Amino acid sequence: MASTSQTSVDLRTEGSRDGSLRLIFTGQLDAATTGTVWRRAATAVTQANAKDVVVDASAIDYCDGAGIALLVHLRNLQDKTGRRLQIDGLRPEFASLLDDSVPETPAEPTSKRSRRGLVEEIGEGVVEIWRDIQILVSFVGELSVALVRAAIHPRSIRWRDAAAIAEVVGVNALPIVALISFLMGLIMAFQAAVPLRQFGAELFIANLVGLSILRELGPLMTAIVLAGRSGSAFAAELGTMKVREEIDALKTMGLDPVRFLIVPRIVAAVAMTPLLTVFADFVGLLGGAVVMRSLGFPLITYFHQVQYAVSYGSLIGGLVKAFVFGILVAGIGCQRGLQTKTGATAVGESTTSAVVSGIILIAITDGIFSVIYYYLGV
Amino acid sequence: MSVEAKQEPIIQVEHFKAAYDDQVILDQVNFEVYPGEVFAILGGSGCGKSTLLKHMIGLYKPAAGRILINGQDIAGVSGDERLKLLQKFGVMYQSGALFGSMTLLENIALPLEEFTNLPPEAIRLIAGMKLERVGLSGVAGRMPAELSGGMQKRGAIARAMALDPRILFLDELSAGLDPVTSAELDQLVLSLSKSLRITFVIVTHELPSIFTIADRVIMLDKQEKGIIAMGDPHELRDHSPDPRVKQFFTRQIVGNLAAPGTSG
Repeated sequence: MASTSQTSVDLRTEGSRDGSLRLIFTGQLDAATTGTVWRRAATAVTQANAKDVVVDASAIDYCDGAGIALLVHLRNLQDKTGRRLQIDGLRPEFASLLDDSVPETPAEPTSKRSRRGLVEEIGEGVVEIWRDIQILVSFVGELSVALVRAAIHPRSIRWRDAAAIAEVVGVNALPIVALISFLMGLIMAFQAAVPLRQFGAELFIANLVGLSILRELGPLMTAIVLAGRSGSAFAAELGTMKVREEIDALKTMGLDPVRFLIVPRIVAAVAMTPLLTVFADFVGLLGGAVVMRSLGFPLITYFHQVQYAVSYGSLIGGLVKAFVFGILVAGIGCQRGLQTKTGATAVGESTTSAVVSGIILIAITDGIFSVIYYYLGV
Repeated sequence: MSVEAKQEPIIQVEHFKAAYDDQVILDQVNFEVYPGEVFAILGGSGCGKSTLLKHMIGLYKPAAGRILINGQDIAGVSGDERLKLLQKFGVMYQSGALFGSMTLLENIALPLEEFTNLPPEAIRLIAGMKLERVGLSGVAGRMPAELSGGMQKRGAIARAMALDPRILFLDELSAGLDPVTSAELDQLVLSLSKSLRITFVIVTHELPSIFTIADRVIMLDKQEKGIIAMGDPHELRDHSPDPRVKQFFTRQIVGNLAAPGTSG
């Protein structure tokens, strides 16, 4: 009792005459200090090798949940070997804490993830992917029905919502699309300038930039920006609505969430993506132009060279891609949002999944388009 | 009760069973709700109150049994028939569930815009009247996020009433609200019930609210997976032989729930 001002705990172990082990704690056994003696106490009890253990707690002048946990832990260790743990001199107010901390061994965390074999995990993964595909197929069906219905009755589309979404998806995306496309045109032209100069073929930078931007990079980068900006936003918006029961409210009002929430978003995204792509194409070519100008070519030469290199087919081909990317990104964003389970983490998961699935779909579709265009000779 | 028993029930729940995957939540639930009464579904947390409600409003399909509203099976109808049935009732969700992207007035106008061919000025007028009815006409132009919890719930009741339904389902009417606000909501329910003869089905566990507004209650129990008591709440409190019912109404813990050594 002399050491009430002590803020640490001390542990001594000694063997006693009857062959049992004595653990003597002195000081404050609380959340801050218990960690310093936990291992030592546990090791001492384990190494006692089925001897009886006596804990001398008379010099403990403070003990909180952490300290009690240590005592419970020691008792559990002893129970396993079938020997007894005796606690002496623990003050009554702490002893009552110990009595409340039921003698059962604390339950092992039953995490589903632990102790699964590789086969089980692969199986579960496959089932999950299969379920995801099923959900996607039924979603595509629902969406198609809703879109066809919207096309037949254009007045049933909520145009005001669609316009507001189009502004966010399209107009507000202009700066980032401009920045990325401009830099892409610029960097590509710079990188191409070095090798092409060795052959005196710097003029063909225009062909390279023109073709790759219009056919490939313009639509692709626009779609990826769309996935990051709007696909994620759709998933988060709809996910939050789901969590806040707003989707349920729509359903019980007899309003179809697909028609009400998803169709305007798809319409907006599909209208905006080709427009954004045209803009991205233009700004990308501008980036190339800056490099050509710095290499000493007059702008008119660059302009003619680009015109000579690319056809309308390339431009239209790119825009068709952009159109499809728009549907995919908006569709998957909305679908992930509607699929959200409960809670704030679920919204985060849906958002991530919307962006990742969006980009994967863009990549796969782009590959398919390349093959189709190759055979069509576009 | 005796008067109402002679009427045709407006809601019938027959041999109802609810289950998520393999886990049975409720089984063999049978009860009826009569026109004009305020009917409360009671029970502790996790006993399936909200699950029952969500089945009654057609969000989930029962695992077995059926739920009839106005004589029609809510899980069995589809298309226009279902749409008509859905318009016979309104729902106030636990969180209010007002659409966050619209003003309060637009929220209430939405069902009118979608399901009637009234001119815009008529819709505005009707929506304004509904808001007046729940005492919110001063904040019609605000977004739901700018309203307090009690206001959101009142707004949600106004929206649920937009198409003048015969039945209102209220999920957790006063959960998370201060006593004064929840008393105001109770008064609102009573006055709507009296003046418009709306049938109310309310999920709640707030005792003062139950005793003030409920004509009849059922109590669900987690272990029983079903109804353990049905009737007038005052009578159940005073005369129920079931200790679980007494426990609920008197807020006393009996049996193994009582923590030992808490007297010190």
